[in-house]
Amino acid sequence: MSNNSELLYGDSVVKAKRKKKIKGKQLPSKTVIFLRGMIFPVLLIAVWEAAGIYGFVSETLLPRPSEIFMAFIDLWTTGNLLYHFQVSFLRAIGGFIIGGSLGLLAGLAVGFSSKIEHTLDPTMQMLRTIPTLAVIPLFILWFGFGEVSKVLLIAKGAFFPLYVNAFLGIRSVDGKMYEVAKVLQYSKWKQITNLIIPSALPNILLGLRLALGAAWLALVAAELMGSSEGIGYLITDARQFSQTTVVFVGIIIFAVFGKASDSFIRIFERRLLKWQDSFKG
Amino acid sequence: MTLLAINQLNKKFSSKNGDTHALKDIDLAVEKGELITIIGPSGCGKSTLLKIIAGLDTEVSGSVSIEGVEVTGPSVDKGFIFQEPRLFPWHTVEKNIAANFSLKNKKVQEKVAELIKLVKLDGFAKSYPRELSGGMAQRAAIARALLRNPKVLLLDEPFGALDAFTRTHMQDALLNIWQVNKTTMLLVTHDLDEAIYLGGKVVIMNARPGSIQKVVDIQLPYPRKKADNAFQAYRQAILQEFEKSEHAVMGGRSH
Repeated sequence: MSNNSELLYGDSVVKAKRKKKIKGKQLPSKTVIFLRGMIFPVLLIAVWEAAGIYGFVSETLLPRPSEIFMAFIDLWTTGNLLYHFQVSFLRAIGGFIIGGSLGLLAGLAVGFSSKIEHTLDPTMQMLRTIPTLAVIPLFILWFGFGEVSKVLLIAKGAFFPLYVNAFLGIRSVDGKMYEVAKVLQYSKWKQITNLIIPSALPNILLGLRLALGAAWLALVAAELMGSSEGIGYLITDARQFSQTTVVFVGIIIFAVFGKASDSFIRIFERRLLKWQDSFKG
Repeated sequence: MTLLAINQLNKKFSSKNGDTHALKDIDLAVEKGELITIIGPSGCGKSTLLKIIAGLDTEVSGSVSIEGVEVTGPSVDKGFIFQEPRLFPWHTVEKNIAANFSLKNKKVQEKVAELIKLVKLDGFAKSYPRELSGGMAQRAAIARALLRNPKVLLLDEPFGALDAFTRTHMQDALLNIWQVNKTTMLLVTHDLDEAIYLGGKVVIMNARPGSIQKVVDIQLPYPRKKADNAFQAYRQAILQEFEKSEHAVMGGRSH
């Protein structure tokens, strides 16, 4: 058939165009992307170190990066750091799993059923606006200074980002695609697994990232309000003895681990959402 | 053998400004294996008619039946191709075609592979929709409908969003599919050449109220040549039909 070659020709033109586009704008390699991200921190540390050496800033208020690093090594070798980190990590993960899964379930339920939405959502929106910090005194009164109040505080922080985003994700399913599912006679189950969940996934993953961030924030608040172990305790304890270096070590651990956990979810995001065709900058 | 029978079909849209008679007294019989094109000005209800046949719109009076069975809702018996491909962006081409069938099933696998060949998407089975051109995506959508062995394939301006060259390719591709599979097809278009190029019959529709003005048999062998005299003669005849109806409307208004 004469039109075969034409058809294939049309396709190959499209293919070639796509290749050309990739070639024309060379994608930066992973190392280049990594190096770009490192420019600012490295510069900052260098200036900071130099400022310390030349005595521009007080050593007790702003210790040099090298001193902070030495304090880190000290804490690491005594085993203290690992222990406190473990305590904090378990609190954060525990609270995140409890709050996150409840938030996800509630968000899905509200998203799927307008009846549940009408009954549950107004209350949720009201509770959502209460700042986590404002409920700390209440949690202490109810559960004391122990683990329960801390884990619950973190759970409260992680609950709402997932709730809101799961809800939003389910409601953003394209009506046109729903029509296709109807024409193809999708079962209720297939509609959920093959249409609604994939459509909602970008929002759910975003909710997951925000929830993780919120859990981290709540962890710090919970540990600073009073605790005898954990990274937050390490920081408050060091403050009382004016060990600024240790305070810095604690802060940096929060920052590094926060970023690491965020990257972890982004790996999932990239793998699960590779079908997305979005602006990459 | 009559496959699709439409009898005294009426459809009204109600709004604050009163009722609109979208379709009035539509009668149409489609034989098994026919390829029928429906053409008419925008607002003549041709897409509405197709949606009613598909069972996507059931608030009508009159009857639509396929093989004697009344249409009450959408089903895979009535394959539907929208103007946009509407592929699921998170599925690969082969999974889009299989959709709610499992690709782990050997039979499904074979049929999908066969259809990918038929719509000439060889080598794109594992591609995502974002990697396809508009024509390729629309062909994947056609394969998805064909996998379900529809009794009738309904196409709602399927090539309307494509450029002229791709559209010609797609028309040939559709004819090829029709000749190989012998699927009964109803295609709505606003492109006169497309209607005559593809249709065994061309149904001419009119607006306000949406109704069938005439059904023209196109007695030309496939593949047709758009530049042929006979083709052009059909073109003239159908254009005259439209002019006639326009005069009628104008005349009606001046009174």
